[in-house]
Amino acid sequence: MISIRGLTKRFGDTTVLDTIDFDIAAGERVVIIGASGTGKSTFLRCLNFLDRPDAGTITVGDVSVDAQHASKRDVLALRRATSFVFQNYALFAHKTAKENIMEALVTVQGQSRQQAEQRALEVLAETGLAAKAESYPAALSGGQQQRVGIGRAMAIGADLMMFDEPTSALDPEWVGEVLDLMRRVAKQRQTMLIVTHEMQFAREIADRVVFMDGGRIVEVGPPEQVLDAPQDERLRRFLRRVG
Amino acid sequence: MRALDLDYMVGLVPVILGYVPLTLFMAVAGMVCALILASLMAVERVIKVPVLDWLVMLFISFFRGTPLLVQLFLFYYGLPQVFSLLAQINGVTAAIMGLTLHFSAYMAEAIRAAIIGVDRSQWEAAQSIGMTQTQMMRRIVLPQAARIAAPTLVNYFIDMIKGTSLAFTLGVTEMMGAAQKEAAGSFLYFEAFLVVALIYWAMVELLSQGQKVLETHLNKAYAR
Repeated sequence: MISIRGLTKRFGDTTVLDTIDFDIAAGERVVIIGASGTGKSTFLRCLNFLDRPDAGTITVGDVSVDAQHASKRDVLALRRATSFVFQNYALFAHKTAKENIMEALVTVQGQSRQQAEQRALEVLAETGLAAKAESYPAALSGGQQQRVGIGRAMAIGADLMMFDEPTSALDPEWVGEVLDLMRRVAKQRQTMLIVTHEMQFAREIADRVVFMDGGRIVEVGPPEQVLDAPQDERLRRFLRRVG
Repeated sequence: MRALDLDYMVGLVPVILGYVPLTLFMAVAGMVCALILASLMAVERVIKVPVLDWLVMLFISFFRGTPLLVQLFLFYYGLPQVFSLLAQINGVTAAIMGLTLHFSAYMAEAIRAAIIGVDRSQWEAAQSIGMTQTQMMRRIVLPQAARIAAPTLVNYFIDMIKGTSLAFTLGVTEMMGAAQKEAAGSFLYFEAFLVVALIYWAMVELLSQGQKVLETHLNKAYAR
């Protein structure tokens, strides 16, 4: 269970997130849509303090953090309860695909190398990249890199898995394989929070769709409601544009 | 103009080569200490610890702003007059300490630039998996910074090898000191110093070959 209360983020005079309240049930898949610059990515990045929120409380599982009094320990606990898939993959460039997945298990979770390696190989098999275990990121295609990025996040076993526009940096030919992998993750009842511009995918995978505009949540609901019967004029305009 | 005394030079080579281990010892010890000190200072300069940051900047400013020879003299001849504890220090130790402090100041700046040069996404990925700042630096940022800084650091190591010749001025008989003593007996100064120069040159050339191997190793993850 994830609970967000009053989440606020300002960059200078601009309020990027405006007192957001939101809950996500365990195993729920939530997709966030909205135009560029409406705070979608910042929302995700504030949930694990890649961007430090100015106010609000975030609860993920047993971890609860108040932004205004967040200690280093709180931030680490929150990050360890979540995992993150980046738009630009952000694989560790000096580590192989296998080592990328092992890193969090060994360094952060304190697993033995042997145990972590076994888990990494399992995850690579699930992502269809067993043959690429010893490859460095530079030798992988964009689609393969992002699949390793998703594998790295899967292996952590976090309460909440976040995806920040995971297919936006990809050549069109690689988008399908990444979305396929996300569908497989969704089947495992993993709690997912996804920012994406892939409307068809959103419709298919989401339990709920969130439309953000101006740093606020404007509309929330099941995909058929938000995407097919939009209430707010801004959402209608947005859907016509991406339509 | 007289002819070079080649026989004398050939005979001198093994004598000077006998001092290569001492030169290498000073250079390697100085390099290892300087790398540790420089890395600590570089990390500090990136994360900026209050007060400490000011001290590190002062340190770097002083050791970059004064000649190595002056620093060595201050260290070996000057400080023991002020702190009697340092009177025990021998020339080799003083030279290693001097080289360490001097080169760490330069290397700290090179490593700091390399740390900043590590792509932002690498830091964020490390944070996103819940690494502490120390884990992030040690496991993700510094190894990648090492690749960026390697050519510059090897240059400093070359400079440091040559810098060990200044230990001669602290009364240490190393390659340069040995040549000076030999020449004082034979009066063949040109030959003696030419042998020293050629041996230094050969050492640095060998090291440059090693640099290629090191860079290939550090770049292996980045080959497409």
